[in-house]
Amino acid sequence: MTITRRTFTGLAAGTLAAAALGPRAALAAPKVKAGFIYVGPIGDHGWSYQHNAGRLGLMEALGADVATSFVESVSEGADAERVIRQLATTGHDIIFTTSFGYMNPTLKVARQFPKVKFEHCTGFNRAGNVSTYSGRFYEGRHVVGLMAAKMTKTKTLGYVASFPIPEVVRGINAITLAARSIDPEITTKVVWVNEWYDPGKEADAAKALIDQGVDVLFQHTDSPAPVQVAQERGIKTVGQASDMARFGPDAHMTAIIDYWDAYYIERVKAVMDGTWESKDTWGGFAADMVHMAPFNPNLPAEVVSMAEAAVEGITSGKIHPFAGPVVKQGGEVVAKAGETISDEALLSMNYYVEGVQGDLPA
Amino acid sequence: MDMTAAILATVVTAATPLLLAALGELIVEKSGVLNLGVEGMMLAGAVGGFIAASLTGSLLIALVAAVLAGMAMSLVFAVLVLGLRANQVASGLALVLFGVGLSSLAGQGYVGQSLGAAWRLFPESWREIPFVGPALLAHGPVVYLSIALVPLTVWFLYRTRAGLILRAVGENHDAAHGLGHDVVRTRTLAILWGGALAGLGGAYLSLDYTPMWAENMTAGRGWIALALVVFAAWRPWRLMAGAYLFGGITILQLHAQGAGFGMPSQVLSMLPYLATVAVLVIISSNRSRLSLAAPGSLNKTFHPPA
Repeated sequence: MTITRRTFTGLAAGTLAAAALGPRAALAAPKVKAGFIYVGPIGDHGWSYQHNAGRLGLMEALGADVATSFVESVSEGADAERVIRQLATTGHDIIFTTSFGYMNPTLKVARQFPKVKFEHCTGFNRAGNVSTYSGRFYEGRHVVGLMAAKMTKTKTLGYVASFPIPEVVRGINAITLAARSIDPEITTKVVWVNEWYDPGKEADAAKALIDQGVDVLFQHTDSPAPVQVAQERGIKTVGQASDMARFGPDAHMTAIIDYWDAYYIERVKAVMDGTWESKDTWGGFAADMVHMAPFNPNLPAEVVSMAEAAVEGITSGKIHPFAGPVVKQGGEVVAKAGETISDEALLSMNYYVEGVQGDLPA
Repeated sequence: MDMTAAILATVVTAATPLLLAALGELIVEKSGVLNLGVEGMMLAGAVGGFIAASLTGSLLIALVAAVLAGMAMSLVFAVLVLGLRANQVASGLALVLFGVGLSSLAGQGYVGQSLGAAWRLFPESWREIPFVGPALLAHGPVVYLSIALVPLTVWFLYRTRAGLILRAVGENHDAAHGLGHDVVRTRTLAILWGGALAGLGGAYLSLDYTPMWAENMTAGRGWIALALVVFAAWRPWRLMAGAYLFGGITILQLHAQGAGFGMPSQVLSMLPYLATVAVLVIISSNRSRLSLAAPGSLNKTFHPPA
């Protein structure tokens, strides 16, 4: 297999964890070998960092019963297929491929290794030995959209966006809908950087938005650079994927945290028990796959209590972030009052709602 | 802040790491060596500078550390291509991979750390001067250093004896050797200088641009710097114009999007590269001038006569 530096540390850490549990555990061979493939470096402090945190949580929970290895910064092209195949040929029982672009390579390799279980994050195609999973991050974005409406003075929100895929478009719409449910004059400006991870470009996009009057900034890219810019310019912001408070102690209101630990533990246990089967999981607050980071103590108490109430409402199912009325740019009604948008429609969302400025890149 | 001043300020910061790394590479290529490892050397500088800043709290020491880190990387390259006469293209690519891995390893304990306030050269009150203040006087010292290095590079290359020898070595290493010039020593110094400036360019990213360490944070700027050298046809002033053009288009397209211009963001993201291609086509239309521009011994291995 490709022994990257990280694979080494991963395996070494597994051995150390086993040793720490004492001689009995150390002697036992791991029951399951789990492999992980990340699209970015685990030091990105965003998406890949959080998946790796899930892997570490898995190792801590299952101890010597599980051995893990991982390969980071794997591009989404042909390289991915090679890496997935190598993990499959080196005795991994379950392989987590954690980026949308790994979908086809995962399915292709899965056909060749029917005994290996595959888990693809953010995809929509399954097979007998391929499950899919993702988080309902838009639930968190609903909460921060409400908070933004309370905090903005310019009534202009900004969104540093990565790629025009449904996941990101859904985030932009969730924030805009939530904010406008409080103040219909609020608009959202979007800048696409066409990267998941380029701190410099993310910072430039943040600066451009702030120069144009944005005073609450959101990001759908993976580095904490926009949080730093928000701090420097004295506006409010929300961290992406992991808690980024330390990069903007005053600016950081909260963060929408991807929390994979529980899912990884559940799925690896299922492999151990022989109960693993292919399924689709799309969980939010209720499934413990999305968390809010601690709210900034400098926020007004009423804003925090409103946010907490929203989290509770979504968790219990009382609030749906895409409950009608949802109106497209141009006036077409997607959902009337009393209706909600179906999961299927959410997963293929390819339009901006009213209140978002500019045109969605085709 | 006035919008034009705001845009200009971000253009200057976006151009600075490119300008530094490309100016260093220009000297390297003028000596007849092609070092494709700029990205790796920038990452070494970025992580080296960040670690030094976290440990000592001194930005001056951080910059020195970044320069040394970049030079150390370039020394590895010099040993490979000059000492062992390895292939320059392959060695340069290896240097990138080495730099990516080594910088991630060295920076492991520093991910997620933040530095204090940014370093500014001029007093805060100067920033209130209309337009010029926010656009041009609100930067850190590395920005001004990068601009000052352009005339210095011109002066060195075309007004000094050392510059003349460097260009002679780059144009025809056999002839330069025949005249008694030490080809290997000249090239070693040029490679080290290139490493120093790439390291500084990387440090500008991790200390000032986005004051943090994140793996792979240069995100391809080393490659753009390489392209800029060709774009500029190995001329320092044109190199500076290219760096600012590149930075400028990048920033303008972000502003255009924020203002809601109905143009696909992918096209806007492509613009800097389209501009590079366009200028290359224009330069290349005059073939005699282009062939004069590229150093004659570029990417050729020097085998001293026995």
